Amino acid sequence: MSLIINGTAVAPPADPRVSLLDHLRETLHLTGTKKGCNQGACGACTVLVDGQRILSCLALAVQYDGRAITTIEGLAGPDALHPLQSAFIDHDGFQCGYCTPGQICSAIGMIAEAKRGVPSHVSTDLADAVTLTREEVQERMSGNLCRCGAHNGIIDAIRQVATAEAAA
Amino acid sequence: MTPFAYARAGDSAEAVRLGADTTAAYLGGGTNLVDLMRETVARPARLVDVTGLSDRIEDTPEGGLLIGAAVRNTALAEHRAVRTRYPMLSRAILAGASAQIRNMATVGGNLLQRTRCTYFYDTEGSRCNKRDPGSGCDAHEGFNRIHAILGASPSCVATHPSDMCVALAALDATVHVEGGGGARTLPFDALHRLPGDRPDIDTVLTPGELITAIELPPLPFAATSTYRKVRDRASYAFALISVAAALEMEGDRISDVRIAFGGVAHKPWRATLAEAALRGGPATEAAFRDAAAREFADARPLRDNAFKPALATRTLVAVLGALAKGETA
Repeated sequence: MSLIINGTAVAPPADPRVSLLDHLRETLHLTGTKKGCNQGACGACTVLVDGQRILSCLALAVQYDGRAITTIEGLAGPDALHPLQSAFIDHDGFQCGYCTPGQICSAIGMIAEAKRGVPSHVSTDLADAVTLTREEVQERMSGNLCRCGAHNGIIDAIRQVATAEAAA
Repeated sequence: MTPFAYARAGDSAEAVRLGADTTAAYLGGGTNLVDLMRETVARPARLVDVTGLSDRIEDTPEGGLLIGAAVRNTALAEHRAVRTRYPMLSRAILAGASAQIRNMATVGGNLLQRTRCTYFYDTEGSRCNKRDPGSGCDAHEGFNRIHAILGASPSCVATHPSDMCVALAALDATVHVEGGGGARTLPFDALHRLPGDRPDIDTVLTPGELITAIELPPLPFAATSTYRKVRDRASYAFALISVAAALEMEGDRISDVRIAFGGVAHKPWRATLAEAALRGGPATEAAFRDAAAREFADARPLRDNAFKPALATRTLVAVLGALAKGETA
Protein backbone atom coordinates (compact mmCIF):
# COMPACT_ATOMS: atom_id res chain seq x y z
CA MET A 1 0.00 0.00 0.00
CA SER A 2 0.99 3.61 -0.40
CA LEU A 3 -0.40 7.12 -0.25
CA ILE A 4 -1.35 8.61 -3.62
CA ILE A 5 -0.28 12.23 -3.39
CA ASN A 6 -1.19 14.41 -6.34
CA GLY A 7 -1.32 11.27 -8.46
CA THR A 8 2.03 9.86 -7.36
CA ALA A 9 2.33 6.82 -5.08
CA VAL A 10 4.55 7.47 -2.07
CA ALA A 11 5.44 5.31 0.91
CA PRO A 12 3.79 6.05 4.25
CA PRO A 13 6.17 7.08 7.04
CA ALA A 14 7.84 4.34 9.05
CA ASP A 15 7.04 6.18 12.30
CA PRO A 16 3.26 6.25 12.88
CA ARG A 17 3.58 9.50 14.85
CA VAL A 18 4.17 11.49 11.65
CA SER A 19 1.14 13.58 10.71
CA LEU A 20 0.02 13.80 7.11
CA LEU A 21 0.99 17.47 7.27
CA ASP A 22 4.57 16.75 8.37
CA HIS A 23 4.83 13.93 5.84
CA LEU A 24 3.84 16.32 3.05
CA ARG A 25 6.11 19.14 4.16
CA GLU A 26 9.16 17.49 5.72
CA THR A 27 9.44 14.20 3.80
CA LEU A 28 7.97 15.07 0.41
CA HIS A 29 8.90 18.79 0.50
CA LEU A 30 5.41 19.76 -0.64
CA THR A 31 5.50 22.97 1.38
CA GLY A 32 2.38 24.52 -0.14
CA THR A 33 0.32 22.99 2.66
CA LYS A 34 0.94 25.19 5.69
CA LYS A 35 1.35 24.50 9.39
CA GLY A 36 -0.54 27.15 11.33
CA CYS A 37 -1.81 26.08 14.76
CA ASN A 38 -1.05 22.33 14.41
CA GLN A 39 -4.11 21.63 16.57
CA GLY A 40 -7.07 21.77 14.23
CA ALA A 41 -8.12 25.34 14.89
CA CYS A 42 -6.98 27.34 11.84
CA GLY A 43 -7.48 25.33 8.63
CA ALA A 44 -4.11 26.29 7.06
CA CYS A 45 -3.25 22.60 6.61
CA THR A 46 -6.45 21.68 4.73
CA VAL A 47 -5.97 19.10 1.95
CA LEU A 48 -8.38 16.96 -0.05
CA VAL A 49 -8.65 13.20 0.56
CA ASP A 50 -10.66 11.46 -2.17
CA GLY A 51 -12.18 14.89 -2.81
CA GLN A 52 -13.12 15.58 0.84
CA ARG A 53 -11.49 18.38 2.78
CA ILE A 54 -9.68 17.38 5.96
CA LEU A 55 -7.08 18.82 8.34
CA SER A 56 -3.71 17.20 7.66
CA CYS A 57 -2.34 18.29 11.06
CA LEU A 58 -4.81 16.03 12.92
CA ALA A 59 -4.31 13.16 10.47
CA LEU A 60 -1.75 10.47 11.10
CA ALA A 61 -0.22 9.75 7.68
CA VAL A 62 -0.43 5.97 8.20
CA GLN A 63 -4.22 6.25 8.48
CA TYR A 64 -4.37 7.47 4.87
CA ASP A 65 -2.62 4.51 3.28
CA GLY A 66 -4.29 3.83 -0.06
CA ARG A 67 -6.11 7.17 -0.19
CA ALA A 68 -5.80 9.84 -2.90
CA ILE A 69 -4.55 13.10 -1.42
CA THR A 70 -4.60 16.39 -3.32
CA THR A 71 -2.60 19.37 -2.10
CA ILE A 72 -2.42 22.90 -3.49
CA GLU A 73 0.48 21.73 -5.70
CA GLY A 74 -1.78 19.13 -7.32
CA LEU A 75 -4.63 21.41 -8.35
CA ALA A 76 -3.33 22.81 -11.63
CA GLY A 77 0.36 21.95 -11.92
CA PRO A 78 3.28 24.38 -11.90
CA ASP A 79 2.38 26.33 -15.05
CA ALA A 80 -1.36 26.82 -14.71
CA LEU A 81 -3.89 28.15 -12.24
CA HIS A 82 -6.98 26.47 -10.89
CA PRO A 83 -10.04 28.72 -11.37
CA LEU A 84 -10.12 29.34 -7.61
CA GLN A 85 -6.47 30.41 -7.65
CA SER A 86 -7.29 32.95 -10.39
CA ALA A 87 -10.37 34.12 -8.53
CA PHE A 88 -8.38 34.65 -5.32
CA ILE A 89 -5.98 36.91 -7.29
CA ASP A 90 -8.85 38.79 -8.97
CA HIS A 91 -10.65 39.43 -5.67
CA ASP A 92 -7.61 40.13 -3.44
CA GLY A 93 -8.45 37.02 -1.44
CA PHE A 94 -5.18 37.20 0.51
CA GLN A 95 -2.46 39.46 1.81
CA CYS A 96 0.36 37.39 3.28
CA GLY A 97 -0.83 34.22 1.55
CA TYR A 98 -0.14 31.85 4.41
CA CYS A 99 -3.73 30.63 4.80
CA THR A 100 -4.39 30.63 1.03
CA PRO A 101 -3.55 27.00 0.13
CA GLY A 102 -5.81 25.80 2.93
CA GLN A 103 -8.54 28.26 1.95
CA ILE A 104 -8.45 27.08 -1.68
CA CYS A 105 -8.42 23.34 -0.89
CA SER A 106 -11.19 23.92 1.64
CA ALA A 107 -13.26 25.88 -0.88
CA ILE A 108 -12.96 23.08 -3.47
CA GLY A 109 -14.23 20.58 -0.90
CA MET A 110 -16.93 22.99 0.22
CA ILE A 111 -18.29 23.57 -3.30
CA ALA A 112 -18.49 19.79 -3.79
CA GLU A 113 -20.36 19.41 -0.49
CA ALA A 114 -22.84 22.10 -1.48
CA LYS A 115 -23.43 20.43 -4.88
CA ARG A 116 -24.12 17.16 -3.06
CA GLY A 117 -26.73 18.98 -0.93
CA VAL A 118 -24.95 18.86 2.44
CA PRO A 119 -26.80 21.38 4.63
CA SER A 120 -25.03 23.77 7.00
CA HIS A 121 -25.66 25.32 10.40
CA VAL A 122 -27.28 28.36 8.73
CA SER A 123 -29.50 26.44 6.28
CA THR A 124 -33.13 27.19 7.15
CA ASP A 125 -34.52 24.06 5.53
CA LEU A 126 -32.43 20.90 5.81
CA ALA A 127 -34.12 19.39 2.75
CA ASP A 128 -33.53 22.29 0.34
CA ALA A 129 -30.92 22.36 -2.39
CA VAL A 130 -28.00 24.52 -1.26
CA THR A 131 -27.58 28.07 -2.54
CA LEU A 132 -24.17 29.46 -1.68
CA THR A 133 -25.19 32.83 -0.30
CA ARG A 134 -22.55 34.94 1.49
CA GLU A 135 -23.93 33.70 4.81
CA GLU A 136 -23.66 30.06 3.68
CA VAL A 137 -20.08 30.52 2.45
CA GLN A 138 -19.11 32.28 5.69
CA GLU A 139 -20.46 29.41 7.77
CA ARG A 140 -19.05 26.66 5.55
CA MET A 141 -15.59 28.29 5.49
CA SER A 142 -15.48 29.04 9.23
CA GLY A 143 -12.78 26.42 9.71
CA ASN A 144 -10.30 28.52 7.72
CA LEU A 145 -9.00 31.59 9.50
CA CYS A 146 -7.27 34.52 7.77
CA ARG A 147 -5.28 36.70 10.15
CA CYS A 148 -4.91 39.39 7.46
CA GLY A 149 -8.69 39.73 7.30
CA ALA A 150 -9.10 38.97 3.61
CA HIS A 151 -12.33 37.09 4.26
CA ASN A 152 -14.51 39.39 2.13
CA GLY A 153 -12.31 38.84 -0.91
CA ILE A 154 -12.12 35.12 -0.17
CA ILE A 155 -15.92 34.87 -0.08
CA ASP A 156 -16.23 36.87 -3.33
CA ALA A 157 -13.70 34.60 -5.04
CA ILE A 158 -15.40 31.41 -3.89
CA ARG A 159 -18.87 32.60 -4.84
CA GLN A 160 -17.68 33.63 -8.31
CA VAL A 161 -16.26 30.16 -8.99
CA ALA A 162 -19.22 28.34 -7.41
CA THR A 163 -21.67 30.39 -9.52
CA ALA A 164 -19.69 29.77 -12.70
CA GLU A 165 -19.56 26.03 -11.97
CA ALA A 166 -23.28 25.92 -11.27
CA ALA A 167 -23.97 27.64 -14.59
CA ALA A 168 -21.69 25.34 -16.59
CA MET B 1 4.11 12.43 21.10
CA THR B 2 5.01 9.28 23.01
CA PRO B 3 5.98 6.41 20.65
CA PHE B 4 3.22 3.92 19.90
CA ALA B 5 2.47 0.93 17.69
CA TYR B 6 -0.23 1.28 15.03
CA ALA B 7 -2.57 -1.40 13.75
CA ARG B 8 -5.61 -1.23 11.52
CA ALA B 9 -8.55 -3.45 12.43
CA GLY B 10 -10.53 -5.06 9.62
CA ASP B 11 -13.60 -5.71 11.75
CA SER B 12 -14.87 -5.32 15.30
CA ALA B 13 -13.65 -8.76 16.42
CA GLU B 14 -10.11 -7.97 15.30
CA ALA B 15 -10.33 -4.51 16.89
CA VAL B 16 -11.40 -5.93 20.24
CA ARG B 17 -8.61 -8.52 20.10
CA LEU B 18 -6.01 -5.82 19.30
CA GLY B 19 -7.48 -3.38 21.82
CA ALA B 20 -7.63 -5.76 24.79
CA ASP B 21 -4.30 -4.48 26.09
CA THR B 22 -5.00 -1.73 28.67
CA THR B 23 -2.37 0.53 27.11
CA ALA B 24 -4.20 0.48 23.76
CA ALA B 25 -6.60 3.13 22.47
CA TYR B 26 -9.06 2.99 19.60
CA LEU B 27 -8.47 5.60 16.90
CA GLY B 28 -11.32 7.05 14.85
CA GLY B 29 -10.85 10.22 12.84
CA GLY B 30 -8.16 11.38 15.26
CA THR B 31 -9.53 14.91 15.56
CA ASN B 32 -9.33 14.80 19.36
CA LEU B 33 -7.03 11.87 20.17
CA VAL B 34 -4.15 12.91 17.90
CA ASP B 35 -4.21 16.37 19.47
CA LEU B 36 -4.29 14.91 23.00
CA MET B 37 -1.37 12.63 22.14
CA ARG B 38 0.63 15.52 20.72
CA GLU B 39 0.06 17.41 24.00
CA THR B 40 0.96 14.18 25.91
CA VAL B 41 -2.39 14.27 27.71
CA ALA B 42 -2.98 10.83 26.16
CA ARG B 43 -0.09 8.38 25.89
CA PRO B 44 -1.37 5.06 24.48
CA ALA B 45 1.28 2.45 23.65
CA ARG B 46 -0.84 1.08 20.80
CA LEU B 47 -3.41 2.65 18.49
CA VAL B 48 -6.03 0.43 16.95
CA ASP B 49 -7.45 2.19 13.90
CA VAL B 50 -11.18 1.43 13.80
CA THR B 51 -12.13 3.65 10.86
CA GLY B 52 -12.51 0.45 8.80
CA LEU B 53 -15.50 -0.68 10.88
CA SER B 54 -19.07 -0.26 9.66
CA ASP B 55 -19.80 3.10 8.07
CA ARG B 56 -23.35 2.12 7.11
CA ILE B 57 -26.60 3.81 8.14
CA GLU B 58 -29.42 1.28 7.96
CA ASP B 59 -33.13 1.20 8.73
CA THR B 60 -33.98 -1.07 11.65
CA PRO B 61 -37.02 -3.40 11.58
CA GLU B 62 -38.56 -1.26 14.37
CA GLY B 63 -38.44 1.85 12.18
CA GLY B 64 -35.32 3.44 13.65
CA LEU B 65 -31.78 3.76 12.32
CA LEU B 66 -28.62 1.76 13.01
CA ILE B 67 -25.53 3.95 12.58
CA GLY B 68 -22.13 2.27 12.28
CA ALA B 69 -19.46 3.63 14.62
CA ALA B 70 -17.20 4.58 11.70
CA VAL B 71 -19.82 6.76 9.98
CA ARG B 72 -18.27 10.21 9.56
CA ASN B 73 -20.09 13.14 11.14
CA THR B 74 -20.77 14.78 7.76
CA ALA B 75 -22.23 11.55 6.37
CA LEU B 76 -24.62 11.31 9.32
CA ALA B 77 -25.67 14.96 9.16
CA GLU B 78 -26.40 14.79 5.42
CA HIS B 79 -28.20 11.44 5.45
CA ARG B 80 -31.73 11.92 4.11
CA ALA B 81 -33.43 9.93 6.88
CA VAL B 82 -31.60 11.85 9.59
CA ARG B 83 -32.46 15.20 8.03
CA THR B 84 -36.15 14.41 7.75
CA ARG B 85 -36.83 12.08 10.71
CA TYR B 86 -34.30 13.35 13.29
CA PRO B 87 -33.49 16.95 12.25
CA MET B 88 -32.12 17.76 15.74
CA LEU B 89 -29.32 15.28 15.08
CA SER B 90 -28.36 16.83 11.73
CA ARG B 91 -28.46 20.29 13.26
CA ALA B 92 -26.43 19.28 16.32
CA ILE B 93 -23.68 17.82 14.14
CA LEU B 94 -23.68 20.84 11.81
CA ALA B 95 -23.35 23.16 14.84
CA GLY B 96 -20.15 21.42 15.90
CA ALA B 97 -16.50 21.85 14.89
CA SER B 98 -15.65 22.81 11.29
CA ALA B 99 -16.49 21.10 8.01
CA GLN B 100 -12.99 19.61 7.75
CA ILE B 101 -13.26 18.11 11.24
CA ARG B 102 -16.77 16.79 10.57
CA ASN B 103 -15.43 15.04 7.46
CA MET B 104 -12.82 13.25 9.59
CA ALA B 105 -14.63 12.63 12.89
CA THR B 106 -16.46 9.34 13.42
CA VAL B 107 -19.64 8.71 15.39
CA GLY B 108 -17.86 6.43 17.87
CA GLY B 109 -15.07 8.93 18.38
CA ASN B 110 -17.50 11.77 18.91
CA LEU B 111 -19.01 9.92 21.88
CA LEU B 112 -15.58 9.33 23.42
CA GLN B 113 -14.03 12.77 22.92
CA ARG B 114 -12.54 14.30 26.05
CA THR B 115 -13.47 17.59 27.67
CA ARG B 116 -12.23 20.90 26.26
CA CYS B 117 -11.46 22.25 29.74
CA THR B 118 -8.30 24.28 29.16
CA TYR B 119 -6.77 23.06 32.41
CA PHE B 120 -7.12 19.48 31.17
CA TYR B 121 -4.94 20.37 28.17
CA ASP B 122 -2.39 22.42 30.11
CA THR B 123 0.11 19.70 30.99
CA GLU B 124 2.85 22.21 31.85
CA GLY B 125 1.09 24.53 34.25
CA SER B 126 -2.21 23.21 35.64
CA ARG B 127 -3.51 20.66 38.07
CA CYS B 128 -6.26 18.44 36.69
CA ASN B 129 -7.84 15.39 38.30
CA LYS B 130 -9.09 14.18 34.94
CA ARG B 131 -5.61 14.20 33.40
CA ASP B 132 -3.61 13.39 36.53
CA PRO B 133 -5.86 11.83 39.22
CA GLY B 134 -5.35 13.28 42.68
CA SER B 135 -3.45 16.36 41.48
CA GLY B 136 -6.31 18.80 42.10
CA CYS B 137 -8.58 20.98 39.93
CA ASP B 138 -7.45 24.42 38.84
CA ALA B 139 -10.73 25.08 37.04
CA HIS B 140 -12.74 25.10 40.24
CA GLU B 141 -11.31 28.46 41.35
CA GLY B 142 -9.96 29.43 37.93
CA PHE B 143 -11.43 30.72 34.69
CA ASN B 144 -14.57 28.63 34.57
CA ARG B 145 -16.89 30.40 32.15
CA ILE B 146 -17.30 27.26 30.04
CA HIS B 147 -17.66 24.84 32.95
CA ALA B 148 -20.43 22.76 34.51
CA ILE B 149 -23.37 23.93 36.63
CA LEU B 150 -25.02 20.53 37.16
CA GLY B 151 -23.67 17.24 38.46
CA ALA B 152 -20.13 18.50 39.09
CA SER B 153 -17.94 17.48 42.03
CA PRO B 154 -15.13 19.04 44.04
CA SER B 155 -12.82 16.93 41.86
CA CYS B 156 -14.00 18.14 38.46
CA VAL B 157 -16.20 20.84 36.89
CA ALA B 158 -15.52 19.93 33.25
CA THR B 159 -18.24 19.69 30.60
CA HIS B 160 -18.69 17.17 27.83
CA PRO B 161 -17.98 19.06 24.60
CA SER B 162 -20.07 17.15 22.04
CA ASP B 163 -23.05 18.65 20.22
CA MET B 164 -24.05 15.38 18.57
CA CYS B 165 -24.27 13.63 21.94
CA VAL B 166 -26.83 16.14 23.22
CA ALA B 167 -29.16 15.13 20.40
CA LEU B 168 -28.46 11.42 20.99
CA ALA B 169 -29.35 11.87 24.66
CA ALA B 170 -32.65 13.54 23.76
CA LEU B 171 -33.45 10.83 21.20
CA ASP B 172 -33.00 7.92 23.65
CA ALA B 173 -30.33 6.33 21.47
CA THR B 174 -28.87 2.93 22.28
CA VAL B 175 -25.12 2.31 22.24
CA HIS B 176 -23.88 -1.02 20.87
CA VAL B 177 -20.52 -2.14 22.27
CA GLU B 178 -18.26 -5.16 21.95
CA GLY B 179 -15.56 -6.30 24.31
CA GLY B 180 -13.66 -9.33 25.50
CA GLY B 181 -16.81 -10.45 27.33
CA GLY B 182 -18.99 -10.24 24.22
CA ALA B 183 -21.47 -7.72 22.89
CA ARG B 184 -23.95 -5.63 24.88
CA THR B 185 -26.11 -2.56 24.50
CA LEU B 186 -26.67 0.30 26.89
CA PRO B 187 -28.98 3.31 26.93
CA PHE B 188 -27.20 6.44 25.72
CA ASP B 189 -27.87 8.27 28.97
CA ALA B 190 -26.02 5.50 30.87
CA LEU B 191 -22.83 5.76 28.75
CA HIS B 192 -21.27 8.91 30.18
CA ARG B 193 -20.54 9.30 33.90
CA LEU B 194 -20.71 12.20 36.29
CA PRO B 195 -17.24 12.98 37.62
CA GLY B 196 -17.60 12.11 41.32
CA ASP B 197 -14.16 11.37 42.69
CA ARG B 198 -13.02 9.63 39.47
CA PRO B 199 -13.18 12.32 36.78
CA ASP B 200 -10.44 10.50 34.88
CA ILE B 201 -13.12 7.99 33.82
CA ASP B 202 -15.54 9.51 31.30
CA THR B 203 -17.77 6.52 30.51
CA VAL B 204 -18.94 3.21 31.94
CA LEU B 205 -17.18 1.26 29.17
CA THR B 206 -14.76 -1.31 30.52
CA PRO B 207 -11.15 -1.23 29.27
CA GLY B 208 -11.02 -2.62 25.74
CA GLU B 209 -14.74 -2.23 25.07
CA LEU B 210 -15.44 -0.79 21.65
CA ILE B 211 -18.46 1.18 20.44
CA THR B 212 -19.65 -0.53 17.26
CA ALA B 213 -22.91 1.30 16.50
CA ILE B 214 -25.54 3.76 17.69
CA GLU B 215 -29.18 2.89 17.32
CA LEU B 216 -31.94 5.48 17.09
CA PRO B 217 -35.38 4.25 18.10
CA PRO B 218 -38.37 5.27 16.00
CA LEU B 219 -39.67 8.60 17.30
CA PRO B 220 -42.15 10.06 14.79
CA PHE B 221 -42.47 13.40 16.58
CA ALA B 222 -38.71 13.93 16.30
CA ALA B 223 -39.56 15.22 12.80
CA THR B 224 -40.46 18.35 14.80
CA SER B 225 -37.16 18.71 16.60
CA THR B 226 -34.17 21.00 16.53
CA TYR B 227 -30.87 21.90 18.17
CA ARG B 228 -29.86 25.39 19.24
CA LYS B 229 -26.37 26.32 20.37
CA VAL B 230 -25.22 29.50 22.10
CA ARG B 231 -21.51 30.23 21.88
CA ASP B 232 -19.00 33.06 22.02
CA ARG B 233 -18.75 33.36 18.23
CA ALA B 234 -21.14 32.52 15.43
CA SER B 235 -19.34 29.41 14.20
CA TYR B 236 -16.62 26.92 15.10
CA ALA B 237 -16.75 27.26 18.89
CA PHE B 238 -17.83 24.97 21.70
CA ALA B 239 -21.21 25.53 23.36
CA LEU B 240 -21.78 27.74 26.35
CA ILE B 241 -25.30 26.33 26.35
CA SER B 242 -27.10 24.14 23.86
CA VAL B 243 -30.54 22.60 23.71
CA ALA B 244 -31.81 19.61 21.74
CA ALA B 245 -35.57 19.29 21.83
CA ALA B 246 -38.50 17.55 20.17
CA LEU B 247 -42.10 18.49 20.79
CA GLU B 248 -45.40 16.72 20.14
CA MET B 249 -48.64 18.68 20.48
CA GLU B 250 -52.17 17.35 20.83
CA GLY B 251 -54.44 20.33 20.40
CA ASP B 252 -53.03 22.99 22.71
CA ARG B 253 -51.45 20.44 25.08
CA ILE B 254 -47.97 18.99 25.00
CA SER B 255 -48.44 15.24 24.57
CA ASP B 256 -44.73 14.41 24.56
CA VAL B 257 -41.41 16.19 24.69
CA ARG B 258 -37.67 15.39 24.65
CA ILE B 259 -35.10 17.83 26.02
CA ALA B 260 -31.35 17.60 26.56
CA PHE B 261 -28.82 20.32 27.39
CA GLY B 262 -25.18 20.66 26.38
CA GLY B 263 -22.56 22.81 28.07
CA VAL B 264 -23.98 22.28 31.56
CA ALA B 265 -22.45 19.04 32.85
CA HIS B 266 -19.82 16.32 32.63
CA LYS B 267 -22.23 14.46 30.37
CA PRO B 268 -24.96 15.40 27.89
CA TRP B 269 -27.77 16.38 30.25
CA ARG B 270 -31.12 14.73 29.64
CA ALA B 271 -33.68 17.08 31.21
CA THR B 272 -36.09 14.55 32.68
CA LEU B 273 -37.44 16.98 35.31
CA ALA B 274 -38.29 19.59 32.68
CA GLU B 275 -39.87 16.96 30.43
CA ALA B 276 -42.07 15.62 33.25
CA ALA B 277 -43.20 19.14 34.11
CA LEU B 278 -44.23 19.83 30.52
CA ARG B 279 -46.02 16.60 29.54
CA GLY B 280 -49.77 17.11 29.43
CA GLY B 281 -49.50 20.84 30.03
CA PRO B 282 -49.82 23.91 27.84
CA ALA B 283 -47.11 25.11 25.47
CA THR B 284 -46.78 28.55 27.02
CA GLU B 285 -43.73 30.60 27.87
CA ALA B 286 -44.65 30.36 31.56
CA ALA B 287 -44.72 26.57 31.35
CA PHE B 288 -41.36 26.50 29.55
CA ARG B 289 -39.83 28.78 32.22
CA ASP B 290 -41.24 26.66 35.01
CA ALA B 291 -39.83 23.49 33.42
CA ALA B 292 -36.38 25.06 33.15
CA ALA B 293 -36.58 26.27 36.76
CA ARG B 294 -37.20 22.70 37.91
CA GLU B 295 -34.29 21.37 35.87
CA PHE B 296 -31.87 24.00 37.15
CA ALA B 297 -33.11 24.13 40.76
CA ASP B 298 -29.97 22.26 41.84
CA ALA B 299 -27.58 24.22 39.60
CA ARG B 300 -24.34 25.22 41.32
CA PRO B 301 -22.77 27.92 39.16
CA LEU B 302 -19.10 28.84 39.56
CA ARG B 303 -17.47 32.28 39.63
CA ASP B 304 -17.60 32.88 35.87
CA ASN B 305 -20.65 30.93 34.72
CA ALA B 306 -23.51 32.26 36.86
CA PHE B 307 -25.17 33.31 33.60
CA LYS B 308 -25.73 29.72 32.50
CA PRO B 309 -29.06 28.84 34.19
CA ALA B 310 -30.67 32.02 32.81
CA LEU B 311 -29.11 31.51 29.38
CA ALA B 312 -30.24 27.87 29.31
CA THR B 313 -33.74 28.95 30.34
CA ARG B 314 -33.98 31.60 27.62
CA THR B 315 -32.65 29.15 25.03
CA LEU B 316 -35.17 26.48 26.06
CA VAL B 317 -38.04 28.98 25.95
CA ALA B 318 -37.01 30.07 22.47
CA VAL B 319 -36.58 26.51 21.16
CA LEU B 320 -39.85 25.15 22.55
CA GLY B 321 -41.71 28.26 21.40
CA ALA B 322 -40.43 27.70 17.88
CA LEU B 323 -41.21 23.97 17.91
CA ALA B 324 -44.76 24.67 19.16
CA LYS B 325 -45.21 26.72 15.98
CA GLY B 326 -43.76 23.87 13.88
CA GLU B 327 -40.48 25.69 13.20
CA THR B 328 -37.37 23.49 13.26
CA ALA B 329 -34.67 25.84 11.94
